Amino acid sequence: MEYELVVGLEVHCQLNTKTKAFCGCSTEFGAPANTNVCPVCLAMPGALPVLNKQVLESAIKLGLTTHCTIAPYSIMARKNYFYPDLPKGYQISQYEEPICSEGYIEFDLDGEKKRVRLVRIHMEEDAGKSIHDIGEETYIDANRCGVPLLEIVSYPDIRSTKEASAYLQKLRAIVRWLGISDGNMEEGSLRCDANVSVRPKGSEKFGTRTEIKNMNSFKSVENAIQYEMERQIEVLKSGGTIVQETRLWDADKFETRPMRSKEAAHDYRYFPEPDLVPIEVSDELLSLIKAELPEMPEVRATRFVSQYQIPEYDAKVITTDRLLADYYEEAAKVCGDPKATSNWIMGEVLRTLKEKAIEISAFPIEAKRLGVLISLVKQGVINGNTAKEVVFVKMLDEPTSPQDIVKRDGLAQVSDTSAIEKEIAEVLSASPTQLADYRSGKTKLFGYFVGETMKRMKGKANPQIINDILKRKLESV
Amino acid sequence: MAVSKADVDYIATLARLSFNDAEKEAMTHDLNEILNYVEKLNELNTENIEPLANMGDRTNVLREDKPVPSISNQDALKNAPDFQDRFFKVPKVIG
Ligand SMILES: [Zn+2]
Repeated sequence: MEYELVVGLEVHCQLNTKTKAFCGCSTEFGAPANTNVCPVCLAMPGALPVLNKQVLESAIKLGLTTHCTIAPYSIMARKNYFYPDLPKGYQISQYEEPICSEGYIEFDLDGEKKRVRLVRIHMEEDAGKSIHDIGEETYIDANRCGVPLLEIVSYPDIRSTKEASAYLQKLRAIVRWLGISDGNMEEGSLRCDANVSVRPKGSEKFGTRTEIKNMNSFKSVENAIQYEMERQIEVLKSGGTIVQETRLWDADKFETRPMRSKEAAHDYRYFPEPDLVPIEVSDELLSLIKAELPEMPEVRATRFVSQYQIPEYDAKVITTDRLLADYYEEAAKVCGDPKATSNWIMGEVLRTLKEKAIEISAFPIEAKRLGVLISLVKQGVINGNTAKEVVFVKMLDEPTSPQDIVKRDGLAQVSDTSAIEKEIAEVLSASPTQLADYRSGKTKLFGYFVGETMKRMKGKANPQIINDILKRKLESV
Repeated sequence: MAVSKADVDYIATLARLSFNDAEKEAMTHDLNEILNYVEKLNELNTENIEPLANMGDRTNVLREDKPVPSISNQDALKNAPDFQDRFFKVPKVIG
C-alpha cells in the first residue's frame, strides 16, 4: 500500500522588540543571567503585566500579510503548567479568541504554487532557560521569561518534507521582511514543532499523529519528518498502530524517540488572564498598521522589473531580503544605472556574501560606495575588470572611497588611443603564428590579442578602444 | 457535579501536592461542598450574556516598547530558597 504524509506545523517566532511582552525589561541577548528581570517577569506577588504595543502591532502585521482575519476583540489567557523556568506557574498566551485566525501562506515549490492554510496566530510569552549540565542541580536564568513570541499554527496541509521546509523558509522570509523578527532558526528565534501522520494514499481520514519537537534547523525539520514518516509506515505495515505521543528529534542519533509520558501528560486548564484587559482592534488601528506595512516582496519584484527593466529572475532574487532590495535601490539611485547595479548584486555582491557567510547588513561595502564604483565604470574612469577585480576587492577590506583607491593606486583607465595603438602593434608583431592562424579563419583568437594588449597595459586599458583599434588593424590587411 | 476521589488524585497531581488517605477523604468532601455552594450561580439565566473576561471595562491598556531598568541580580535572588552565582537553583530536572 502506498502512504501519504500529512503534516501541520506549529512555529514559535521570537519577536525583535526591545522589551519583553508584559514588562519593560530588555530582551537583549547575552546579558548576565537574571539581570533582565523584574517583579513582573519573576512573578512576584502583586506585579501587574501590561502588554507591549509593539507585540500587538507585530502580530497584526503578520496576520495581515498572511491573509488572516484580525479579531476585533481578543483576550489573553493563562496556560497552566509547572516547570522551574516558568516562575508564574502559567504562561500568558491566547486560547479562545486569538488575535489572528484563518489565513494562508503561499510559496513556490518546483515551479508550482502551494498554499498552506493557517489556523491561527497568537501572542504569548517565552519561558526562562534551564541549565542542567553544570553541577548537581538545575540552574534557572529568567532573562528570557516574558520575551514575546508569536505562535503560528498551520492546518495539516503539508504533504512532503520539502513542502514543510519551503513553508518554513517562506514564513521566515515574511517575518524578516516585515522586520518583526530575525527569523534565525539556529539561534532559536524560529522554533518549529511538527504534527506528523500518514494515511493510505487517497484516504480522506487522517491517521493518528505524533508531535515532533526539538528541530532547530531547516535540515533537521526535513530529516525529522522524513524519519517519522518512515517509522510510522513501518509500524503500520507490520500490523501495529500509531500511538499519539510527543517525540523528540535527536539530530545526532538521527531518530525520533518518545518523550517520557509524564512530561507529555498535560492539562493546561486555560482560562482568561484576569490581569490583562481585552484587546480591541478598531478599523482605525487596522488601517494605521496597514499603512505601515512594507511593500511586499512579490509586489516589489514586479515593480523592479517594470521600473528598472531588470530580468524577473534578478528581481526575485534581490527581493528575497528587504535589506538587500533596499541596498539595490540605493546603489542604483547613486549610479543611475539600475541594470548594471542588478548585475553587480547578482554577481559580485551575492557571491561575496556567500563566501563570507554574512548577511547584507554586515556587508563591508555600503550601497552608496557600490553606486559610486559603478558610476566610475559608467563614466569610463576605470574599466569593468579593474572595478571588479581590483577596486571592489580593496573596498571589501577598507572603508576608502572608490575614487581615492583609483587615484592612490593609479588604476585609472587608459583611453589614450595612440598609447593603445602602440601596444597593439607590438602584440601583433610578437605573435606572428597567432596572426597567421587568425587570418586563416581562427577568429576566436581575437580575444587572445585583446588579452595580450590588456596584459601589457596592466589591465588598465579601455577595452572598447582596444576592440575598435584591433578590429581595424586585423581587417585592414 | 460530584467530585470523586479520582478527581482529587488528578488535581493533586496537577498541583504537585500529595495527600494521605484521610486528607484525600476530607478534600473530596470539601471540594464537593464548594462546588455545591457555587452551583447556586447556575440558577441564574445567563442566556445571551457574553462571558466576562475582565472585571473592568477598559480595553487596550498598552505600553510603549521602551526599556526600563530591571532590578539587580542580587534583588532578583533575594527571595529564592536557593541560588548559586547568578542563578536560581532548583532540584535537578531530568532533561
Ligand atoms: Zn521584567
